[in-house]
Amino acid sequence: MERLRRSRIYLPGNSPRMIQKGPLLGADAMILDLEDSVSREEKDAARILVGMAIRHVDFRDTEVMVRINPLHLGGDEDLKAILPAGPDAIVIPKCERSEDVVKVEQIMTQSELPKPVGILAMIESAKGILHAYEIASASSLVEAITFGGEDFTRDIGATRTKEGKEIFWGRSMLVIAAKAAGVQALDTVFSDLNDEEGLRRDTQTIKEMGFDGRAAVHPAQIEIIHEVFAPTAIEIQHAVNVVHAAELARKQGKGVAVVKGKMIDVPIIKRAEKIVRMAAKLGMTVPAPEE
Amino acid sequence: MQQLKWVRNAAGREVPLEIDGRHYRPYAGAFVSSPEAGKRRVGPQLGTILHPGESCLVSSLKEAIERTNLRDGMTVSFHHHFRDGDRVLNMVMQEIADMGFRDLTVAPSSLFPVHEPLIDHIKNGVVTCIEGGSVRGGVGRAISRGLMERPIIIRSHGGRVRAIESGDLHIDATFIGAPCADVIGNCNGVKGPSACGPLAYAQADAIYSEKTVAVTDHLEDTPVIPISISQEYVGTVVQVDKIGDPSKIASDTLRITRDPIRLRIAKDAVRVIEASDSFHDGMTFQTGAGGISLAVTKFLGERMAERGIVASFGMGGTTQYLVTLLEKGIIRKILTIQAFDQYAITSLLKDVNHIEVSAGFYANPHNRGTAVNLLDVVVLGATEIDVNFNVNVNTHSDGVLQYPTGGHADTAAGAKLTVITAPLIRDRIPVVVDDVVVVSTPGETVDVVVTDYGIAVNPLRQDLIERLKVARVPIKTIEELRDLAYHITGKPQPPQFTDKIVALLEYRDGTLIDVLREVKPG
Repeated sequence: MERLRRSRIYLPGNSPRMIQKGPLLGADAMILDLEDSVSREEKDAARILVGMAIRHVDFRDTEVMVRINPLHLGGDEDLKAILPAGPDAIVIPKCERSEDVVKVEQIMTQSELPKPVGILAMIESAKGILHAYEIASASSLVEAITFGGEDFTRDIGATRTKEGKEIFWGRSMLVIAAKAAGVQALDTVFSDLNDEEGLRRDTQTIKEMGFDGRAAVHPAQIEIIHEVFAPTAIEIQHAVNVVHAAELARKQGKGVAVVKGKMIDVPIIKRAEKIVRMAAKLGMTVPAPEE
Repeated sequence: MQQLKWVRNAAGREVPLEIDGRHYRPYAGAFVSSPEAGKRRVGPQLGTILHPGESCLVSSLKEAIERTNLRDGMTVSFHHHFRDGDRVLNMVMQEIADMGFRDLTVAPSSLFPVHEPLIDHIKNGVVTCIEGGSVRGGVGRAISRGLMERPIIIRSHGGRVRAIESGDLHIDATFIGAPCADVIGNCNGVKGPSACGPLAYAQADAIYSEKTVAVTDHLEDTPVIPISISQEYVGTVVQVDKIGDPSKIASDTLRITRDPIRLRIAKDAVRVIEASDSFHDGMTFQTGAGGISLAVTKFLGERMAERGIVASFGMGGTTQYLVTLLEKGIIRKILTIQAFDQYAITSLLKDVNHIEVSAGFYANPHNRGTAVNLLDVVVLGATEIDVNFNVNVNTHSDGVLQYPTGGHADTAAGAKLTVITAPLIRDRIPVVVDDVVVVSTPGETVDVVVTDYGIAVNPLRQDLIERLKVARVPIKTIEELRDLAYHITGKPQPPQFTDKIVALLEYRDGTLIDVLREVKPG
């Protein structure tokens, strides 16, 4: 089953205190960052700290991701230090073409890994968006591609707005590429941490667009993101009905299932199954199917 | 040092029965020790009289001090409503030092960092004993490093009033910082440039001190209204330039923490309260003004509104957050002992359902009626909690005296549900430990500990454990919390002390609950 990644919170890889407290924040994933939030002279220390933290801190059920530097800027050193520690996933920044992923995959397959490690590829430029499908399907280890809205906006010379018109096409393209490649689509941060309603609205929008989650710029945002990405009671009931109807049709040997007069096909069933799984995982009430 | 006779008290601590000329009973349990048989309330001598047409206004602080008949070896007291913005204590003590007095006992209801000039008065022999309330800041640290020959006495708010009424703490002269006063001695704290809200901590001092001086920077026509401290007790009024620094007396706005982990602790505390039998229509509670406490006040109010529950009163440590609940009708009344922000002061002045109560009304355990005993819920903090649920609020793990007891032990004893909120680890130091440095509040009066790593319930409260299980609130044992903390930080070395006792921790009933020793230099 694919992992729940509604929220990801960035924690600077050189802050032991924040890493220590990370699993208490309630995010689905924490990204221990070796890239932008760590200054050049701190990179070595952060690498060692993050490696030790992954080995020794109890992260409970929070997924542990590490954002490495681009390979030519120390990313290879990062991988050497981090992979033996056993992170859940490696986040590759600034992916523009499939090679960016393939090179990391090669290093990973040559390393001794204590457990399987996934790849999340960050796409933050015009070129990256145009190559999004290629990047998403570059390796079987890619589990998600993620959109970096701030850098993307700068790259195309647009102005970042709250409404997000300037990133709409980029976001759409990323979702389509991800889903075509069979991986998750994860979105950028909402930068105004005082605007809770704006965050809620924007998150609702990306959920409707097909994103599976987004990054949080501040821990206070996590709860709101989770609220939006949690299925509603109506969605859960409908999903239960769909799964039940599909099961019934299969038992009766019928090719086609129908819910409330509407035909349901495989993509609808898969989506419904995912909603039911998510509801169960979140401890929400999963009702009986309606007759 | 003289040979002391030591006993192990009911909190498991070794305490002396006699020290520094005082005789003590060991702490025997939160409600075990009654007042000694035949003991009466004390009172000041009669004799200070105002005849028709006279006022008690004098023109200088020196004259005011002279009118108290102060002599070497006497005890002077102060209140701490101005917190770190207080100018009265330093001003009066400097004048007293300049007048050549020596060997005085200072009995403040609490000390703050602003009171560090006391250190010099101690070094110069002007002050030889500190007794009364609590200590925080530089004076506490200096005492822990052996500044004083004699041990200081730490009492809770309620314990201090008990000590004054019973004569354990005899005050010869009290100097009451009064934000608003008239020339025959009526005072309040809600008006004037140094407004602080109530004058709750000064009530007992005013009544029981041999001589009572109001020190004000704002005179109004007689009588001032409202009257917090009455003309019946005040013999001298003196006007000075400034009694406080308003910016440090009350905050403009106290902010709820944005720290998501502290917010989680607050939410979990509210979950515990909601699952307990203390959450009901007509409930009463006290929260406080720390970051987590403010959040608890807000979240508790939200849950009460959602569940249609109205509290009969909230007590404080009053802040805008508590007053807002009153204004929304979520609580019916507020009893205020101290006001933390301007909003609370304004409300105290204007809202008839918001009244000031004295520290004795609030917490004196030997009253006929005590407000803390009416509490359903209190939410408190801690610097350390041990596996017996004993709470330390006076020192961190380094053993250095830093914080006051305040109303901690009083409310914990009185409330039906006492919730301690604290992070499991502060920086790299565990908060839940095998053994606290000192017991400020005994474990038998503590019901629940809520940390960022989990919730633990005192095994004495099996009923609460059952209720939390039914409400599906996950709980751990206190030992599990300690193990988690030690797993993360390692078990720290205990602080190193000399044999010298620097502070006596009196429980609210006057028994001795613990002693604190001088930290080893180095």
